[in-house]
Amino acid sequence: MSIFVDRTTRVICQGFTGSQGTLHSEQAIAYGTQLVGGVTPGKGGSEHLGLPVFNSVREAVEETNADATVIYVPAAYCKDSILEAVDAGIELIVCITEGIPTLDMLEVKARVEVSGIRLIGPNCPGVITPGECKIGIMPGDIHLPGKVGVVSRSGTLTYEAVKQTTDKGYGQTTCVGIGGDPIPGTHFVDVLSLFQQDDATEAVVMVGEIGGTAEEEAADYIKSEVRKPVVAYVAGVTAPPGKRMGHAGAIIAGGKGTAHEKYTALEAAGVRTVRSLAEIGEALAEVTGWE
Amino acid sequence: MNLHEYQAKRLFADYGLPVSVGYAVDTPEEAIAAAERIGGTAWVCKVQIHAGGRGKAGGVQVVDSIEKVRSFAERWLGTRLVTIQTDADGQPVNQIYVEACIGIERELYLGTVIDRSSSRIVVMASQEGGVEIEKVAEETPEKIFRVAIDPFVGDHSHQGRAMALQLDLEGDQVDQFSRLFNSLLELFNELDCSLVEINPLVITDTGAVHCLDAKINVDSNALYRQEGLRSLRDISQEDAREVQADAFGLNYVALDGNIGCMVNGAGLAMGTMDLVKLHGGSPANFLDVGGGASQEAVAEAFKIILSDTNVRAVLINIFGGIVSCATIAEGIIAAIEEIGVEVPVVVRFEGNNADQGSNRLASSGLNLIAANSLVDAAKKVISAAGGTV
Repeated sequence: MSIFVDRTTRVICQGFTGSQGTLHSEQAIAYGTQLVGGVTPGKGGSEHLGLPVFNSVREAVEETNADATVIYVPAAYCKDSILEAVDAGIELIVCITEGIPTLDMLEVKARVEVSGIRLIGPNCPGVITPGECKIGIMPGDIHLPGKVGVVSRSGTLTYEAVKQTTDKGYGQTTCVGIGGDPIPGTHFVDVLSLFQQDDATEAVVMVGEIGGTAEEEAADYIKSEVRKPVVAYVAGVTAPPGKRMGHAGAIIAGGKGTAHEKYTALEAAGVRTVRSLAEIGEALAEVTGWE
Repeated sequence: MNLHEYQAKRLFADYGLPVSVGYAVDTPEEAIAAAERIGGTAWVCKVQIHAGGRGKAGGVQVVDSIEKVRSFAERWLGTRLVTIQTDADGQPVNQIYVEACIGIERELYLGTVIDRSSSRIVVMASQEGGVEIEKVAEETPEKIFRVAIDPFVGDHSHQGRAMALQLDLEGDQVDQFSRLFNSLLELFNELDCSLVEINPLVITDTGAVHCLDAKINVDSNALYRQEGLRSLRDISQEDAREVQADAFGLNYVALDGNIGCMVNGAGLAMGTMDLVKLHGGSPANFLDVGGGASQEAVAEAFKIILSDTNVRAVLINIFGGIVSCATIAEGIIAAIEEIGVEVPVVVRFEGNNADQGSNRLASSGLNLIAANSLVDAAKKVISAAGGTV
């Protein structure tokens, strides 16, 4: 089992013929993802990477029965692209693009919530169910089908966590990058809830970072609802206040959102935390008793 | 992006928010001319820097003679102001703002932020104005009133009226506040703000609602569509290296340690700094060189990191995702040969073709120290920087 995506997921790509869309679509196809087409307005009717190109998401969905879309369009056009996907009745939207204005995301998020559609990202590596479906920019070969659910606000930091669970031989059910923006489509709590319900997921690795209160909300949720072992790492203990640390959402504002507060909340919820990102795999072995 | 108070007040005026007459000046002569133009017998002189805590640091003063306007300007222009929100060097004072002085009956707080938990714009108000609102929120959260704005229906007058009543405003003040409330949100939305704060919002001795201070932060991601705001950026208020990094699309934040860090990915960059610290070292910076860590990006990153004279060693931590570490190794070698790097450089590769990348570095003949794990990298760079592990 897995969450969000599996071998049956039919995926289209918005921004298909652009450089990012092309590069990562090639990788997705090579990984075995069921990529069934793409959308680039004005290029409908043509073919790209051996797949049909459509002018609109609606047309693509009607023709291919796609249930997921991945968005690589530039930030200025993402609001339009996400809303187009919502209107086309797709079930899962994964937005990779970084740099979308926050006010755009407030409207997008409200629309997505009302429609009941799942948005992952923006500003994220995507989602992967190892061996079945890869949607996004993560390197496929560090993943291994297995029993750990991974959820993270960061890209390369996620890869570190994934690699450690692969090196230990545990593997992953699904890895979800929820992204580094202040207004993400999907929060830790949403993913934790699905991992709790997923029988194949036996333990969870959560990678947080400074800024906002998503980790604190996750801690509350874990305390009351999650019955599986959780290992958490939070980046940014050394981050100075008031500075945006790369990600738009990674900022300690008004003294709030520090790594210390997040660690305290997670530990109070019974989560096994690690201060060193090199110890995620070891900690997982400890809390699960796995060899 | 931060704006100065005087810039924020101009924008306030554009949106009909009540502010005092004032002028931003950069010489004592202009300061005097500004005070004379404003008229009256008292003025408020305010240092213009991108940091709060100016009042307590002496950067805000009410003066009652032209001579005192001059001495305030002479005292501060061309110097630096250190406040609780700045570093030990403070921020450069290039302008002061000379403003009409008004009588104050009450000080309130009004702010608008993006609340991440609820994904809404939230307006906050309090009767506890003029003090640190974070402190009020911490100690007496019941004294802060909040209204969340629905993205679909926007803001409405009744929300402002209700908030005015919570603030114990009376008579015409309720309508004044309500109009101000809607104008504030209009400004917030049209200018892609991430924060607007009026602290204090005052009731004057004539009973009017008035913005005594003004703070605006703009969403940097939206600057592409805010042409009018882009020119308001004051890079003199920013760290020179951060400005340089920004020009090359790199994310850099200066810290006060001696170990330069170059990492691909923002989260991993933070994680690397934390790891250096955890093992007893002190990071000199945060730097995200981008997922692909191209030769150009690495060369620019080196220049920025090494322009910090505290740096004794550099740690390059790369997780090769789609891009091969072998390719990145070529870029690192070329960058080092291009700019000449004197300090020891520790490199840790993981992921795509990590071994090939490490071998390529080892055979380059350059002074590069290969690390085989995260912890190994942290220990080696701390040792190379002269620390002990």
